[in-house]
Amino acid sequence: MEILGISILWIFLFGYLIVASIDFGAGFFAFYGRITGHEHVINHLISRYLSPVWEVTNVFFVFFFVGLIGFFPDAAYYYGTALLIPGSISLILLAIRGSFYAFSNYGSRESTLYLFLYGATGLLIPASLSTALTISEGGFLVKEGDKVVFLASKLFTSPYSWSVVVLAIVSVLFISSSFLTYYASRAQDRKALGLVRKFALFWIGPTILASLLVFASLGKHNPGHFEKALDLWYLFGLSLLFFCIAFILLIKGKRYGLSFIMVLFQFFFAFFGYGASHLPYILEPYVTIFSSHTNEAMGYALVTAFIAGLLLLIPSLGLLLRLFLFDADYIKGKK
Amino acid sequence: MEWSNVDWSRMLTAMTLGFHIIFATIGVGIPVMICLAEWIGIKKGDSHYILMARRWARGFTITVAVGVVTGTCIGLQLSLLWPSFMRIAGQVISLPLFMETFAFFFEAIFLGIYLYTWDRFKKPIYHWLLSLPVVIGSSASAFFITTVNAFMNTPQGFKLKEGALVEIEPIIAMLNPATPSKTFHVLTSSYLSAAFILAGIAAFAILRGRGGDYQRKALKLTLTAGFVFALGTAIAGDVSAKFLSKYQPEKLAALEWHFETEPGADLLLFGKIDENNEITNAIKIPGMLSFLAGNSFGHEVTGLNEFPEEVRPPLWIHYLFDSMVGIGVFALMISGTYTIIGKRRSSIRNSKLLLMMIISGGPLSMLAVELGWILAEVGRQPWILRGYMKVSEGATTAAGVRMTFMLFLGLYLLLGTITVAVLGKMFKNKPPHVELGERYGK
Repeated sequence: MEILGISILWIFLFGYLIVASIDFGAGFFAFYGRITGHEHVINHLISRYLSPVWEVTNVFFVFFFVGLIGFFPDAAYYYGTALLIPGSISLILLAIRGSFYAFSNYGSRESTLYLFLYGATGLLIPASLSTALTISEGGFLVKEGDKVVFLASKLFTSPYSWSVVVLAIVSVLFISSSFLTYYASRAQDRKALGLVRKFALFWIGPTILASLLVFASLGKHNPGHFEKALDLWYLFGLSLLFFCIAFILLIKGKRYGLSFIMVLFQFFFAFFGYGASHLPYILEPYVTIFSSHTNEAMGYALVTAFIAGLLLLIPSLGLLLRLFLFDADYIKGKK
Repeated sequence: MEWSNVDWSRMLTAMTLGFHIIFATIGVGIPVMICLAEWIGIKKGDSHYILMARRWARGFTITVAVGVVTGTCIGLQLSLLWPSFMRIAGQVISLPLFMETFAFFFEAIFLGIYLYTWDRFKKPIYHWLLSLPVVIGSSASAFFITTVNAFMNTPQGFKLKEGALVEIEPIIAMLNPATPSKTFHVLTSSYLSAAFILAGIAAFAILRGRGGDYQRKALKLTLTAGFVFALGTAIAGDVSAKFLSKYQPEKLAALEWHFETEPGADLLLFGKIDENNEITNAIKIPGMLSFLAGNSFGHEVTGLNEFPEEVRPPLWIHYLFDSMVGIGVFALMISGTYTIIGKRRSSIRNSKLLLMMIISGGPLSMLAVELGWILAEVGRQPWILRGYMKVSEGATTAAGVRMTFMLFLGLYLLLGTITVAVLGKMFKNKPPHVELGERYGK
């Protein structure tokens, strides 16, 4: 039951990681396009994809933390107490991003300031959210009696913490640009394709370097977790393999859809390898999935609701994707 | 007086909810109006109504965005500000929280489709069908989230044994005694407010001399719907009074300044109360409170004297209660005048006074929603989970709540201002008759 709960949450988080990365990166590229004068090449493409789906992105995040409250109330308690300030700052950034997207897209299209806020938050949010994963490694929260204290200065001076931030940002840009490459090729927009493919090829190197950096600094920060990650070497190996395939396809300049799927697999295996090797901890050393799990009855109720919800959502999402993502005429701007 | 963590946590929660509820109310109500307008437009083959649905939907994209982000804020703030409460709530009442997210997800998917497929279907009715999941999703989210608030008022579905929660039944917790009256009241009042906001916009255009067929049709549609929803809200209010009398008598007693337990209790309208609980200038309707609470003038209504001082809600909620009910009656009267009397004497529909009252109906009904939520929350004091946990025990112990309050105050001021500016700009540049000409060649 505990494993099932954490797996559902981890799937939500992975879903958020992917759709949010596409969204965050696209925001950055849209802003970059505006200031470098490439706006007409890529921004149309970006807004055609983003407009119908941005809210969906936000929901994945809500799912994750609501699921955490439901499945692991104690973990929510610790994080809630400790993360008042960093959590609030992330929230404010998310709020600015979501509303300014709507303001600039439906309201005044010309405003560069709105677009700047939208683009800049796209990089700041993954940076700030990724610190929650850093904190879960332990060493940044201490329990003093009834209080849970967050050691902010320690977080800001930790090399591990910064390596995670770097990885978060470059992954966002890489995932996003490899998705946009695929999207541009579907739209048969050669000009945009050339540009976003260049982005993808540019960010592919930093992505792999940053992941190695995170591995190395994890070994210093939390040797126990590092050891367990080495035991799951095959998952990370698979991740690397998929990464190589994606790289080759991008270089050769064909099968962009397959290449993006390879990127998804790359992150899937790395993310689940990371998660699995950190079990049973949700927050070292205070909270494990066993110590914080909710009661049986609620666990079953949530899983039932989850399955019923999926039965409703998967066909709906299918419809959304069919109308906007796989409808070639729509992508090309004919509809 | 130095404010404590509890005070700041309460203020920040109140501010976030107070801001979010505006957009949540619009978010629940407007889809119903959009759905109605498009349906009438298709049935009558009248492009005015289709355009109405289009324009409302366009404005809706802005408010829904702010609603989404502020909803995310309150969702996470519950854990950030009230971690001890959420530790218990997570065990017992997280099911509807989880389902609310699903309902919203469902709505978000179809809203995205609805907004971007206006002319993509051969049969317009297919596009209208897409509005149904949006209506169902938004109303279902309101339902689920309100059950959580209902649970805070009448918790059930668990037992407390030596400080541990046992025998937890999530469905029983969700369907607690407060659920029917609360969800009913929230839904009808959201529909009512949305209808009145839209009516106010149309009335404003007419009063400014920009009224054409489009505005008149919009006004008629919104006020007819508004009248029905106002009736529904009144019934929901009545159901709520009966619920309170049975399950949360101290709240009803505080709302009505009712101290002695007695049959034939009087209903108090307006008035003032001093520190010795002396009531002056109130209008008394003999036996009416008993009648409203229990359908008979002889019904015994529990008074505040039955409760120790420290668990009595503050008495100032009576003023909020009177204002809320007053606005409800006002909404019922103006929509009734326009639709029923206006049918026989159509001249009354052009009356400046009536139009001005309709314009005020939008902001007033939103005010009533705010007052209603304040009295619902303050009326539960001192409890966060009635009978189990006090508000003072639920708040965070972390430092920096005051600073967080300031940050969010800045955020809401910014979002509020820009929302108004963007909405104004969106419609000012393109009045309906211009857009009608562009789209339908009329």
